[in-house]
Amino acid sequence: MIIVAVFLSALAAIAVWYLAGQNLAAKPWLEQGVIGDLTDPDQRKPLLAKWGLGFFLAVVGALFALLASAYAMRAVSPDWQSAPLPRVLWLNTGVLIVSSLALQAADFFARRRETGRARTFLLTGAGAAIAFLAGQLLAWRQFAAAGYFLSTNPANSFFYLITGAHGLHLAGGLVALAATVATARGDISAAQSGIRLCAIYWHFLLVVWLLLFALLAGWAGDIVVICRGLVS
Amino acid sequence: MVEIRAGEGEPLHPASFDDVELYHPRGWLTKYVFSQDAKIIAIQYAVTAISIGLVALVLSWLMRLQLGFPGKFSLIDQNNYYQFITMHGMIMVVYLLTALFLGGFGNYLIPLMIGARDMAFPYVNMLSYWIYQLAVLVLVASFFVPGGSTGAGWTLYPPQSLLSGTPGQQWGIILMFASLILFIIGFTMGGLNYVVTVLQLRARGMTMMRLPLTVWGIFTATVMALLAFPGLFVASVMMLFDRLLGTSFFMPTIVENGQHLGYSGGSPILFQHLFWFFGHPEVYIVALPAFGIVSDLISTHARKNIFGYRMMVWAIVIIGALSFVVWGHHMYVSGMDPNFGFFFATSTLIIAVPTAIKVYNWVLTLWRADIHLTLPMLFALAFIVTFVIGGITGLFLGNVVVDVPLSGTMFVVAHFHMVMGVAPILVIFGAIYHWYPLITGRFLDEKLGQFHFWITFLGTYAIFFPMHYLGLIGVPRRYYALGETAFIPPSAATLNEFITIAALIVGFAQMVFLYNLITSVFWGKEAGHNPWRATTLEWQTPDVPPAHGNWGKNLPVVYRWAYDYSVPGAKQDFIPQNQPPSEGAPA
Repeated sequence: MIIVAVFLSALAAIAVWYLAGQNLAAKPWLEQGVIGDLTDPDQRKPLLAKWGLGFFLAVVGALFALLASAYAMRAVSPDWQSAPLPRVLWLNTGVLIVSSLALQAADFFARRRETGRARTFLLTGAGAAIAFLAGQLLAWRQFAAAGYFLSTNPANSFFYLITGAHGLHLAGGLVALAATVATARGDISAAQSGIRLCAIYWHFLLVVWLLLFALLAGWAGDIVVICRGLVS
Repeated sequence: MVEIRAGEGEPLHPASFDDVELYHPRGWLTKYVFSQDAKIIAIQYAVTAISIGLVALVLSWLMRLQLGFPGKFSLIDQNNYYQFITMHGMIMVVYLLTALFLGGFGNYLIPLMIGARDMAFPYVNMLSYWIYQLAVLVLVASFFVPGGSTGAGWTLYPPQSLLSGTPGQQWGIILMFASLILFIIGFTMGGLNYVVTVLQLRARGMTMMRLPLTVWGIFTATVMALLAFPGLFVASVMMLFDRLLGTSFFMPTIVENGQHLGYSGGSPILFQHLFWFFGHPEVYIVALPAFGIVSDLISTHARKNIFGYRMMVWAIVIIGALSFVVWGHHMYVSGMDPNFGFFFATSTLIIAVPTAIKVYNWVLTLWRADIHLTLPMLFALAFIVTFVIGGITGLFLGNVVVDVPLSGTMFVVAHFHMVMGVAPILVIFGAIYHWYPLITGRFLDEKLGQFHFWITFLGTYAIFFPMHYLGLIGVPRRYYALGETAFIPPSAATLNEFITIAALIVGFAQMVFLYNLITSVFWGKEAGHNPWRATTLEWQTPDVPPAHGNWGKNLPVVYRWAYDYSVPGAKQDFIPQNQPPSEGAPA
């Protein structure tokens, strides 16, 4: 549960930082009149989706932190046998990076109202994400072909579970991205906030994937060993 | 009377918008069934939660009938008994308490109390309810599948929950996990709404430190639930893999009826960690909204500002944070490193500090207050007493050396029913009596309410006080029948009969409440505008019950905190939050 503890500590730090700006030491019984920098709620509608996404990422982060913790706790049992990961995962990782960068570029051009380029990059990002998912399915097939099935060994079970969970989250993102692409066929400025949100979600899933990849490949364990060596 | 309607005749003109972008329901179906109005969704949540809660209530009667009169009822056999225990626990904790506090009260009160028109994402909010409804239906379906619902206990520990000796091993357990997964998805949708709404849609002037404590409690509990439920989600998915796809995440090598099952090397303890990572915060997910609501009930009905508002807010936040580092105290008897046991015992006992601060502040709010013994107040007072008793037995059980011998006994049953069963339910009742006039425009019947209160309050003590004693003399929990046991005296059986009769009487009182709840919609006494003379915004809407969009044309502007009761020099003993300083109050 150490991974979860680290994740929650990070969230707690953000929460403390946010609450520190909310003047929790105020004495509300002494103050009257309109205070605080709140504008009228009806004007704050555009911010809502961003906040919603932020909390959603925290929930998804908790989910993957718990999966990673479960992985780490199960991996110490004697029946655990790690299997060599399919090579295609490296290619997939590259494709996911391309997808993330393309959405970032789409966001950049959408802000500058360069409709053509924004659309191109948007479609590139979506295409690369689909290619990533196809690549992950290919990785599953190769893994199975090498004799590592879901229930062969807990290491294999976790491989399918974790990559599957990540893939499902990306697939869910693709639904949102498809809606954004549909909006972008009309006025690009209408799609701009959608593009921004998709880009943020994609970067997040990229970071999650890199961490999970490190975990599945066993490097995370190596890093822990090195850190312990440095401390002791 | 002071004009207390939002934003009229004040120097600081509220921003008004001619065409507020609001979803407008057309037709009966979108207005009352697939509604996106948080108030309708709240009522839908409440109706579903109370309905499934009644099922859990009936299950508890059946359980008590078996314990009080073992073997007298042929319809209850061992398997049924375990199914009743499991479903009673799971329904009460997750499908009733969590759903009612957050989905019910959260949806109704958050937008109104912070001065918003609706939730941040009304469509997602609607989906949240319907997925919850689906989760409940899947849960109910598990009663009717071959083999019946699961009887694994509400903790669903592997390996026993997946073995053939446990009732519901075929279908029940699958539907249980499927239902939990649906519930969590639905809850996450609603939860994102509640937190974003509180953080971003507060009216002008409504700083975080001017929020009523009800909103603080629901908000903090929602943040906790959003982070804790993934633990149960992961555990449920992995259990389904073990059950359906033959993986060995949790299932160890096991021989069943001489047959070697396909599992090997899984870790049941891993499941317990994931489950209790959710399970302990869950206690506070239920408790914090109750804390918040009870603070507002006490302040309003004692006509006095809440004592130590800042301390109350800090305590809520600190309890929320600490509750994530105490889950190990549910696993003392699972075997763990004594150092971990020491850590979890310490963190558990530390939680008592902010909790005690809250109790002291409630009591100090009551001190020399103008206490009106209305029904909400009675329930709030009953809550304080019950919560203190349940909390003190919690201190016993938080210590490893005390917990180990008591863990398997009725003492634990008595403890958690007092602290997270009866106490939050009393708050729910108090809250219903308090806000019913806002929701329906009518009061609940006072006489029936008094009857309901006294039977429920005294009755629950008749049920759970003796249970502590049964636990101390060693009567085990989870047992279908005690049989001939040397250390259990025959008087324990008599006591069990007494508890059963008390439970049936308390159950009957709930039927009276239900009757009151339904008939008062039509024939209750008209409540009018702000009948409790409360300061918070939900009572200041132009219409009672609040109309769609809550506030008419202009959103309210907030000038003061939520507890300006009995302010010296003021014209009346309360000043609504949206009343400008110049009017009727000393500056």
